[in-house]
Amino acid sequence: MVSSKISLEGKKALITGANRGIGKVITDTFLANGATVFIVVRDNTYLDELTIHYKTYLNTRLFVFFYDLADAESVPKLFKEILGLTNSIDILVNNAGIMQDALIGMIDRSQVQNQFNVNVFSVIDMIQYCTKLMRKNKSGSIINISSIVGTKGNVGQLVYSSTKGAIISMTKTAAKELAAYNIRVNAIAPGLIDTDMLRSIGENKLQKLSSNVMMNRLGSKEDVANLTLFLGSDLSSYISGQIIEVDGMTII
Amino acid sequence: MIDQYNKVFKEAFGLELDSLVSLEYQSISAWDSVGHMNLIMRIEEEFNIMMETLDIIDFSSYQKGIELLKKYGVQ
Repeated sequence: MVSSKISLEGKKALITGANRGIGKVITDTFLANGATVFIVVRDNTYLDELTIHYKTYLNTRLFVFFYDLADAESVPKLFKEILGLTNSIDILVNNAGIMQDALIGMIDRSQVQNQFNVNVFSVIDMIQYCTKLMRKNKSGSIINISSIVGTKGNVGQLVYSSTKGAIISMTKTAAKELAAYNIRVNAIAPGLIDTDMLRSIGENKLQKLSSNVMMNRLGSKEDVANLTLFLGSDLSSYISGQIIEVDGMTII
Repeated sequence: MIDQYNKVFKEAFGLELDSLVSLEYQSISAWDSVGHMNLIMRIEEEFNIMMETLDIIDFSSYQKGIELLKKYGVQ
């Protein structure tokens, strides 16, 4: 059968780090394609903006949960709250992440702890809890957002790249362990995507990095969201354990 | 509650009631780590609860399970 449109009708998606950047565009994309979306945001900093942006969907097809994923208590509490609304989640997008750059010799232990708490430990928790719901339905798609630096490394990003590398190996193992339950696990490794996080590295550094993109442009948030849509949909039903780079052919 | 609990164990491991009471994790081949996760899934479904990770790890025997389930209002 040929599908002319990717549909997430009837599916329920849980997306972390969805208040801005790539996570927000993934949320928009999923809503536009029919999913009911549960988003996790750290605090209410962007609440007014989110309320206006999602007013059509709020509390009907979009539900917002406030949790700081750096806190080990957050994920169990989140799922208790989710269970009050639904017994099933079809798609999990582990997008939340923090980046704190430092050169070797200047890495503070607290930076390591912070980045691993959010970028790795919370993802393990999310997978553990969310697959409880997915296993019941013998179906699910988990999409972990890694990074090009997780596969290739980058100067000044020893810790961040380590966390994103961990996401890649985690994805491969989870895919093996969960295949028996028809739960697919894939990772996306975005390259230079035009986000606030990328721009925080500074204009000079950004220009230098951009010259390594063979397609001669920064990626857009939509470039990543479109792949997330495909991986969340049934069109990718035989794809698992893959790390897909969305980087416009970048060499770093 | 105990009838439901026993039913889950019997279905998960194919055991008779009299052998359940002293059953411990990894004391039979069926209750290995994979069997454990299947058991937990059945228990969560039967009692409509979601157990926390530390409790799943702590669930070391049939008896310990009964004690842990009280925390979730199952008794």
